[in-house]
Amino acid sequence: MSVIDRPIAPAPPHASLVTKILRFRELAILVAIALVFGATYLKNPSFASAASVQQMLSGPSIIILLAVGETLVIVTRNVDLSVGSVLGLSAYLVGVLFVHNPQMPIVLALVAGLLIGLACGVVNGALVAYARMPALVVTLGMLYIIRGIDAIVVNGIQILPSQIPQGFITLGAGSLLGVPYLFLIATAAVALVGYSMRTFRPARDLYAIGSNPEAAVLAGVRVQRRVFSAFAISGALAGLGGALWLAEFATVASVAGLGYELNVIAAVVVGGVAIFGGSGTVLGAAMGALLLNTIYQALNAAGVAQFWDQAVSGFLLLVAIAFDRYVSVNAEKILRVEGKHRDHA
Amino acid sequence: MQRMETPGAPASRNVSIVERTRGPLLVVDGATKFFGPVKALIDGSIDLYAGEAHALLGENGAGKSTLVKILAGVYQADGGHVELEGQSVRFSTPIDARAAGIAVIYQEPTLFPDLTIAENIFMGRQPLRSGKRIDRSEMMKRSEEVFARLGVSLAPTRLARGLSVADQQIVEIAKAISFNAKIIVMDEPTAALTDVEVRRLFEVVKTLRNEGAAVMFISHRLEEVFAMCQRVTIMRDGAFVKTAPIEDITIDDVIFSMVGRDIVSLYGDHARTPGLKVLEVEHLTREGVFTDISFDVRAGEIVALAGLVGAGRTEVARGIFGIDKVDAGTVTIGGRKLKSGSPLMAMSAGIGFVPEDRRQQGLVMHMALDRNASLASIGRLSRFGLIRPSSERKLAAEWAARLQLKFGRFSDPVLTLSGGNQQKVVLAKWLARQPRLLIIDEPTRGIDIGTKAEVHRLLGQLVSQGVAILMISSEMPEVLGVADRILVLHEGTLAAQFTRREADEASIMRAAAGQMKVGSS
Repeated sequence: MSVIDRPIAPAPPHASLVTKILRFRELAILVAIALVFGATYLKNPSFASAASVQQMLSGPSIIILLAVGETLVIVTRNVDLSVGSVLGLSAYLVGVLFVHNPQMPIVLALVAGLLIGLACGVVNGALVAYARMPALVVTLGMLYIIRGIDAIVVNGIQILPSQIPQGFITLGAGSLLGVPYLFLIATAAVALVGYSMRTFRPARDLYAIGSNPEAAVLAGVRVQRRVFSAFAISGALAGLGGALWLAEFATVASVAGLGYELNVIAAVVVGGVAIFGGSGTVLGAAMGALLLNTIYQALNAAGVAQFWDQAVSGFLLLVAIAFDRYVSVNAEKILRVEGKHRDHA
Repeated sequence: MQRMETPGAPASRNVSIVERTRGPLLVVDGATKFFGPVKALIDGSIDLYAGEAHALLGENGAGKSTLVKILAGVYQADGGHVELEGQSVRFSTPIDARAAGIAVIYQEPTLFPDLTIAENIFMGRQPLRSGKRIDRSEMMKRSEEVFARLGVSLAPTRLARGLSVADQQIVEIAKAISFNAKIIVMDEPTAALTDVEVRRLFEVVKTLRNEGAAVMFISHRLEEVFAMCQRVTIMRDGAFVKTAPIEDITIDDVIFSMVGRDIVSLYGDHARTPGLKVLEVEHLTREGVFTDISFDVRAGEIVALAGLVGAGRTEVARGIFGIDKVDAGTVTIGGRKLKSGSPLMAMSAGIGFVPEDRRQQGLVMHMALDRNASLASIGRLSRFGLIRPSSERKLAAEWAARLQLKFGRFSDPVLTLSGGNQQKVVLAKWLARQPRLLIIDEPTRGIDIGTKAEVHRLLGQLVSQGVAILMISSEMPEVLGVADRILVLHEGTLAAQFTRREADEASIMRAAAGQMKVGSS
């Protein structure tokens, strides 16, 4: 065997095409949002009015918040289906708190929502991480259980706007320099969690777990603790989202947030978070939510029947997944052939 | 066979002799490991000195991997002891082993495909700056330093996804270096590498040795061992055979020590007269996996595909059966050309495929025995699209009797059966279709000795009834005892062919290790 007489072919030092495409995702969504916005504006100039743009920002804010938490969970190769139910329960319970304590400070209401969600998230996390039950089943069960608890607690009694302090309603409807408060809160969450996901070891562990669970164990990553935390944070953010839901709509029935988990997961996946874990950013997930909402409003503005919105969301979802699949399959194929060519170079 | 040259060895040998006066870095003495009644390791012994590359050699199943996994903290030894720099140690987790300075690089690298190379190297140990924040630029800088020390050019910012196996191994080595591993174990690092990449790995190993690390090198490619290592330790059947300096041993000695036994004539002699060609494979190629494979199998003969793990044996079988698409070449069954990538067509042409991993691929473990047995014949057993349970039961009963299956009830799930009986159910499943060609991958893996002989007897019966059998086996006695002809694969190409009469263990090993090209048999 001739081991000696061939030149050493150095591996290409530049980042691969695959790397670039994955980083390109946020930009692609931004372009898509701009295109949708521009096209709708040409057809219906009122689409660019201040009120419409404000709605474009505040509309997806709660979904963005939930998508941030969902991203943490999906990155670890798990899923949290209970966020819609958690949101509903939290919205109602915070409303009940206001009914009994009309003077409760706004911050306390938000913290209460957060804690209610955290409690649900802790149950999810404990069952998935420590009892090693599959996340899909655990959170599906929790989806029904929490919705059931919600129905019992609500017992047909709605929270009405008159029972909510005006200051809290302002939080849901007002804006600062034209930017809705809700959007500011969502942006803050994206910035904080997004920065953490890049910067801290425990957050990087989440990616490691989702990318290759066995290797994560070999690398000494505390898998159970991290997965538990991801579910706890997802629950907490859903709970916070519930409090904000109350602020936005000022009325809560037992169906609040029904089916929300699917909107959240759609946003996350469209935003480039791999459904099998390991990659994706909260910024991408947030922009996915922004895009889906913009499309929804654009279809409304264009006078298209509402069911088209769901069809378009579904279509985008498939495009996003088909794209991811195409990229990964091609990466493998290119590699297989490249390896051979290098051998015969 | 002549002695191999060991370029550049004398100087480094002196180093290792100097080091040797300081006592060994690592001593494993009489390590044992049992899995239930199976003795995976009876006497695992090796000593490593700083600055040496030490080869651990042995056939498949000699206990090398078990020994490595004990060092890696993946398994815990049942007996014997391990000493690191004079201290007795015992690793209960991989993290313990890493903390003690032992890095194991597995044949299948354990990387995070979605993360950058730098992060793969430093996962869980990322350099920090104030506020426990990861210092990315420091991480990149240190990765680059490690690559510079290794003399390779890889961009630390690149994702690990899409790296070649060779580059993945480089990343694993970089990981080992970044935490200053004193002992680096490489389990068949070159199995999937091209010549160029192997050469680069050699350079890396030399660098590591010069820096005082001990490298334990497991490989089936003996010429590499002789070019790179200063000492070899040989294992056989789970036990230590000998350790020798490379200059005191020849490749023939090594092969003899590895083989070291007479082929027990369990198999008896069987003169067969093969009939017409059943399977013809011409120029079969799957890019990067196997290249230009041509052979045939006749009715009434058993042809064995031998070779090392990773040589492409299973892949060729999968290509023939149509599980994987091939890029070039043809498969012909009884004069009829098969479409690439269509197992259904392969089945209807009369091929049966008994896969290597029966639990994952051959059986539906939770399903009843009779349903498993009839699974490939459902079409024949159905009337108006409905399966008739009575015919299912009848078929199962017939084959259970013919294969002497030991079981409780037909409705028992197959997972309740022993490995040997499970294998019989898989066989029944395919035999019920009366195949012209049976492809069988590792027919007796994980089966006790008694049932093994029975499976072999069965294969003999089948060929006497005119079935053609293509068998893949890593067990040398099985290959030599059962097959009429032996094809040896080496790195995806056909390295040699032997008839039963010509074949012996040493020449097959040589061919499998790439020491012999086609036609030199």
